[in-house]
Parts: sequence; structure tokens; C-alpha cells
Amino acid sequence: MPVMTEIHRLAAGFGAAVVGCLVCLFGTMAARAAEETPAVNARAAVAEAVAAGDSDRQKALVESLAGADADEAGEWIARWKEGEIFLYQPESADSPVAVTPAGEPDAEGKVALAGVATGEPLTGPDGTAMRVAKEDLETAETDASLRRAMKSVTDRIALASANPAKRLRAVQDTGLEQNSAKLPLLEQRLGVEKDGRVRAALAEAMAMIHLKSADPAQRQTAASELGAMGSIAAQGALKTARGEAEAAGQTELVSACDQALADIAAHISRVNTAGTLFRGLSLGSVLLVVAIGLAITFGLMGVINMAHGELIVVGAYTTYLIQNLFAGGIHMSPFGLKIDIPGMNLTGGKWDLYFLVAIPVSFLAAAGVGLLLERGVIRFLYKRPLESLLATWGVSMVLQQVFRLVFGANNVQVESPSFLSGNWTVNDVVFGWNRVFVIGFAVLIIFLTWAVLTKTPLGLLIRAVMQNRGMAACMGVKTERVNMMTFAFGSGLAGLAGAFLSQIGNVGPNLGQNYIVDSFMTVVVGGVGNLFGTVISALGIGMADQSLQQILGNPVLGKILVLGAIILFLQWKPSGLFATRSRSLD
Amino acid sequence: MMKTPLAGKIPNLLLIALAIFLVVVLPALNAADIVSDFRLNTWGKYLCYAMLAISVDLLWGYTGLLCLGQALFFTLGGYMMGMHLMLMIGKLGQYKSDLPDFMVFLGLNKLPAFWQPFYSFPFTALMVLVVPGVLAWIFGYLAFRSRIKGVYFSILTQALTYGAALMFFRNDLMMGGNNGFTDFRTILSADIRSPETQRLLYLASAVALVLVFLGCKWLANSRFGLIQRAIRDSENRVLFSGYSAANFKLFVFVASALIAAVGGALYVPQVGIINPSEMTTDKSLEAVVWVAVGGRGTLVGPVLGAIGVNAMKSWATRAYPDLWLIILGATFVLVVLFMPKGLVGLPGQLRALFSRRKRQPAEEEIVTNPTPETE
Repeated sequence: MPVMTEIHRLAAGFGAAVVGCLVCLFGTMAARAAEETPAVNARAAVAEAVAAGDSDRQKALVESLAGADADEAGEWIARWKEGEIFLYQPESADSPVAVTPAGEPDAEGKVALAGVATGEPLTGPDGTAMRVAKEDLETAETDASLRRAMKSVTDRIALASANPAKRLRAVQDTGLEQNSAKLPLLEQRLGVEKDGRVRAALAEAMAMIHLKSADPAQRQTAASELGAMGSIAAQGALKTARGEAEAAGQTELVSACDQALADIAAHISRVNTAGTLFRGLSLGSVLLVVAIGLAITFGLMGVINMAHGELIVVGAYTTYLIQNLFAGGIHMSPFGLKIDIPGMNLTGGKWDLYFLVAIPVSFLAAAGVGLLLERGVIRFLYKRPLESLLATWGVSMVLQQVFRLVFGANNVQVESPSFLSGNWTVNDVVFGWNRVFVIGFAVLIIFLTWAVLTKTPLGLLIRAVMQNRGMAACMGVKTERVNMMTFAFGSGLAGLAGAFLSQIGNVGPNLGQNYIVDSFMTVVVGGVGNLFGTVISALGIGMADQSLQQILGNPVLGKILVLGAIILFLQWKPSGLFATRSRSLD
Repeated sequence: MMKTPLAGKIPNLLLIALAIFLVVVLPALNAADIVSDFRLNTWGKYLCYAMLAISVDLLWGYTGLLCLGQALFFTLGGYMMGMHLMLMIGKLGQYKSDLPDFMVFLGLNKLPAFWQPFYSFPFTALMVLVVPGVLAWIFGYLAFRSRIKGVYFSILTQALTYGAALMFFRNDLMMGGNNGFTDFRTILSADIRSPETQRLLYLASAVALVLVFLGCKWLANSRFGLIQRAIRDSENRVLFSGYSAANFKLFVFVASALIAAVGGALYVPQVGIINPSEMTTDKSLEAVVWVAVGGRGTLVGPVLGAIGVNAMKSWATRAYPDLWLIILGATFVLVVLFMPKGLVGLPGQLRALFSRRKRQPAEEEIVTNPTPETE
């Protein structure tokens, strides 16, 4: 039966393949295990070294740690140096044992002990855990030569650390030392290193060490290499090398150093420019997030809401409260009332989620306050814009004082969740995650606002009422309701801004005041009633502010210049970048 | 022309009595030890504030321009006077140097050139007018030329004030930075802290206020005042009638800056300190509150408002230190919502309410809108 045999053959082939794969798998696993199992057990070696009385034996043992697991050996050497390892002389044995105290001392001042070698608690002859007074322990001393040996080992094992960031740091430190004795070590590491950043750092460190070499030709190539790498760390070393070369009259080397320094300076200015652009973009996004709510309430509705800043603060404090709810709870006593809400006591990744909850809640809280403001004050003043400015300023004063009374006059602490506190460093340019997040968030908010205004029935009503209130009312639109919703929407956006500002700055009763002038400027420059204009003007103002800061080296002067520039800009285009065309005579 | 509700109806006699009370009676009572020096000093401060309030009203109540930069002009006038007073301290300062203390502190050993002429009092008096005046002229020229008005004008003046405050907070402007000027000793070689000097300073403020009041009254009743109010009520009609509204506005803007500056210059020697926190937008808005509470579009209103609100502030900050901002803010909201004409308009409003209740069919609109509807 040919068919049968065919199937059999297939099955057999398949089986062979599976077996082959398995063999492969085991093979690689075995190989990896062999590679990773260190030749020396770090804890045992340290314990033995501490207990050994002979200093030569100690040194030999310490040096043997170079073959041990890097992180573990590093940790135990550090603890030894810090005096955290003690010698204990059990009655039954003739040599002392290396121990660390385990746990807190009890009422009699005695502590339990853990052996360094195993980490197991030390037991007495009767098998129970031993407790001894601290006075009975002898600190394991280290002398100068031993510490030197430790240093060389820790340097070496730091280069082999499993954590790339630690390795990177160790390599950079070695480079700055410019000790030619370390060169073989780096070369050896370069042979096995797989992480790209560490490899680059290794090349940089080696070039820096070569800069100290006796051979001028080698120094020259090292200088050119460093220049090509744009090594900021090597500037000092290059200047020294240049000085030495000048003294020795090696003109070629001098010019190589000069060239390298010029290259590095160019690299630094590129890095600064990129950093400025990024900061400008993120400041622009902050402005945008702050101003977008205003672009709706002021731009579309024509209401000058001086309490907009306080709506931002509402969002920020809401974030603060949610954060506390996820941790220890809310305990406050405003106006003599006592508020105690138990928290969820979450930690780590679960606690981080508070921010995701805080975003919608801040929106709702600020929208609620905005709704009250609209119903209570603003709806009476739609035809008197200047007076709405004054009344809302009164509201802003009241709110500020209420914040002070409820939350205290000082700033409150809002911790960023771990996914917002960190940064990427790309080619020496630092990108903070919170700033990247703000940029992304600004994009999202703009998109959502645009979608709400153009793709939803509410948006249609909002635009209709804003364009011609009377006509909309005649067509049966409930303009009062639309006003209310629009204002609440704009206020909610201010609350979102508050949730974000809480991640990048202080949260206090005056937070809103810092942004109110800027955000009004942003809306006016963009052209009132034009969301796209607000986007462009926020980014433009952010960029201009950061670039001027960079050029003038002075944040305040930069800000003043931006304000002046805005005033002059409005001379040229009195109704902003994108004026809403209208034939009506204001 | 819109009739201002009560201003014409307050008998001029009452105004004259008020002026005599402020200029003659109060200082006399102080000289006779019936009114304490502290109280007189407080009143002197209120009168300076009243000048600031009149300057706000001249723009807002009469011309329809809500300027949030009046505190800037007030403070600039004060700073000019402060520069002179700082130099008059001489060697009496902490560091026993000819230079003002803050300059010694900043490590200067020579007076900056622009400080030099301020040794002269006449020059200082001139500068009190020139510096705020020129700034107002430049800013006003730019703003009115491009027909910036309404809320845009408010926002721009707010930005101007904000920028200026940022600048004055810096030490390298050589204007005392954060701490500003204080610790004054003499003015026109008289001890600035003695009751006699303080009484003279009070008298100067009262006389200045009366003069400003009369000047503004004359201006408001002239043809100029008519055009001013016409601009407030319908700027386009004024333009179509062939008037250059921009020039009229510019004149009023500069004039009100000068009034504010004079108020500031008299304020500083009485209070004894001037610093950049006085020139924030909040201070301008506070002055607007006084006008709104007192009644805009009248000249008595701002004076009443400035004195009334500040007296309330003095009382509330002592009686309810935690709540006074809430009281002030709430007062403001209520006044804007329910008393658009302020204290001065209150009798008229009550009368209208009363007569409407008598005649059941309410056809009358009580609250006439003082500003044109921007639609």
C-alpha cells in the first residue's frame, strides 16, 4: 500500500525532526547552563575568605571571586567592605564562622544569625536558631591590600554584570580612569559583549585609554576615533592630551585633538538642539493640553473663564485623591469636618493603575465643577463677555481659597506611576517618559476633541449654536442645554490637563495661575474659534520659548521675549493665525 | 449718550462736603490727635487706591476698555518715586554705603547710570509721569492701531503686566528684584516716618485725588467725554462718523496711565515699600473689583468702591483671615450678577424694583446693559 508507506514515511520523518529539535534544544540548554554556572560559589568563597586568618589566603580567595556570579560576588564584597559581615566563634568549632545578623534584635538585644556561605540560620547544638548579643560578634576587618584586591575584582566583575546598565556604567568608569592595565580586560569583554550600547561604550573607553598610550601614532588614531564617536566624556582627556602634545611639539597630534574636540562640540550642539526641540515639543503639548479646554470655552463660546486655571487644579487634586485612594486612603479635616476614607493599600504595578483611573475621574470632576459654574454664574453673562471675565475671576479667588482650606497652602505630593518615571537616552539625548507621554496625550486629546466636534450629534449642535445662536434656537435646538454641555466639555478638558500637570510638576492651590496667561495667549495667537490654530500656536510658543531659553541661557528673559513677540505678532495679525472669517461687524 | 444713573443726582454739595472732609477735616482731626496716625495713613493709602480706581473707570466705565495693566502703571509710578527715596537713604542704610543696600548686596560698587539722575526730585517727579506715560503710549499705539479691543485688549494688557512683573522680579534689572524697595528714610529732607510728613503726604494724596476727580469730571462733560462714551457704546458708528477712535482711545489710555502713576508715586512713601508683587494681574483685577462694586461709568463710584472694598478688606483680613478671599470673591460675583451698576446704582435699581412691583405688568427692563452687546 503505497499510501500507507507514504504516511509512515512522513510520520517517521516528522518524529525524527521532533527528536532532532529536542536534542537541539537540550543541547543548547546544556551549553547555556555550562556557560552560566560560575566556577566559584561567591557566597562560599566570601565566607571562607572572611573566616581565613591568613591575609594571603584571603587575597587569593577574593581574587578567585572574579570567576563567580558577578552580581552576587559584587554584593557580598560590598557588604564585607561596609562592615556588615561579622565573625562568630561557635563553642563547638575551632575556627570562626562568617555570619550576618538576620532580622531585628529582640528585647534582650540579641539577634539571630545567618551564615554567609549558605544563608541558612545558624543553629545551636540543640538544633534551635541561635541568638547572640551584638557585642559577641566581631566585625570582619579588611586591610588596605585586601581592599585593593577587592577593588580590582569588583572592577572586573562589574564589567561582567548581568545588568547591561551596570555594565555600561562600569565600562564608562574604566574609560575615565585611563588606566592602561585595564585594557586587556576591556578587550576581553568586547569579545563576548552582545549589547550594542555597551559595545559602543567599550570602544569609547578603549580609545580613551589609548589616548594615554606611549605611541603618538596610537594616540592620534584614538583622538580621531573619539572625535568621530562624539564622545562627550572624553573632552577632558582630549584637552589634557592636546596640552601634552603641544608641550612635546607633536603638531599632528595637536591638530588631531583639535579636530576631535571640534567634532565633539558639534555633537554636543546637535544633542542640545535635539533636546531643545524635544522640550519645546513637550512644552508645546503641555500648553496645548492646558489651552484646548480654553479654546472651547473661550474660542467657541466666547466666555472668558478666568477660573479655567482652577478647573485644572480640580483635575490635579482629583488625581491626588485617587492616588491616595489606591494607597493609604484619604484622611483630611477641612472646615472642621473629618473625612476618613480607607484606601486600597495597593503597591507596585496595581498602584500604578491609579493614573488610568484618575484620567476619566479628573475629567468628570472638572466637568462637574464647570457645569455648576455655567449654571450658577456664566449663563447670566453670555452677552456681557467682559463681565464674565470679572465674575469668573471672583470664582477663581473663591476656589483658590477653598483649595487652600481643604488641601493646605503647600503643594501636595503626587507620585508618578512607574511607567511615567524613567527615560530613554538615545544618542546622548534624554527623552523623559512623562514628556513623551504628554506629547502622545496631547495628540490623543486633539483627536478626541476634533472627533467630538465634527463626528458626533453633540458636536453638530455645538457648532450650530456657536455659529448662529438665534437660528439654531429657531430650528429647535435647546441652546441652553448645548451651552451647558459645551462648557462642561471644555472644563473637563481642563481637568485632564490637571491630571497631566500633576505628573510633571507640583500640585498646589496656585497651579492654575501659572498657566492662565499662557493659555489665553495660546488661544488668541491661534485665532479664536479655531482648534487647529490653537495646536499650531501652542507648538510654536512652546518651541520659541525653549529655543530662546537655550539661546539666551535664561528662562525668564526667554519668556518675556515670547510675550513681547506675541504682542507684536498680534499687530500683524490682530485676529490670530487663523482668523474665523465673518462679514458681521463685531 | 447713556445717562449715568446717580452721578448727576448726587447734589454737588455732597461732593464738596466729601472733598472738604477728606482734604481739611481729616488732617485737622489728626493734628488734634482725634484721628490716630495709623488711621490717617490707612486713609492715605485708600485715596491712592481711589486714584487707581478712577484710572480704571476712565478706561472701563467711560471708554469700554477693560485694562488689566493699570496696576503696572501704578507700580511703575511707585517705582520711580522709590528710586528717588532709595537714593535719599544715603549712608543710613544697613551697609553704610552711598549705594542702596540691595546693590551692595549684589556686589556693585558704582551706581548704574540710569539711577544717577534720580537724586533730583524734580527729575523723579517728571519720570513718574514720563515712564508710565511712554509705555502706555507705545502699547496703546500698537494695540489701537490694529484695532484690538474687547477681551483681546484685556488679555493683551494682562500679558504686558505679566511680562513686566517677570522682568521686575529679576535682580539684574537693578530694581531690587524680589524685595523691591523699602526702608526709606527721608523725603525732601524731611523724616518720612514722622507724623507731620505723613500728614503732608496724606494731604498731597487728598488734593491730588480731588484734582483728578475734577479733571475727569470736566473731561467727561466735554465733547471729548461724549465721544469717549460713544466709542464705548458703538465704536463703529464713531468710526463711520469720521472720528479717529484710535486717537481718542490712545489719549484716554495714556491719561489713565498717568493718573494711576501719580497714585502709585504717592502710595509708596506712605506705605514704605514697593515690590513686583504689586504689579501682577491680580492687583489690576482687584482695582477693577473696586470700580465694579462702587459703580462704573461714574466718578464717585470708583472712589467709594476703592475705599469701601479696602476698608472691608482691612476688617475681613483681621476678623476672618481664612475666609476673606472667599468673601471678596463672592462679593464680586454677586455684584457682577445682581448689581451691574454697583453701589452708586443701587438706589436707582431699588426704585425701579419698587415701582415695578407697584405696576404689575412689568414692561421695563431694569438692568440696562452698559456695554454694547458683542455679537
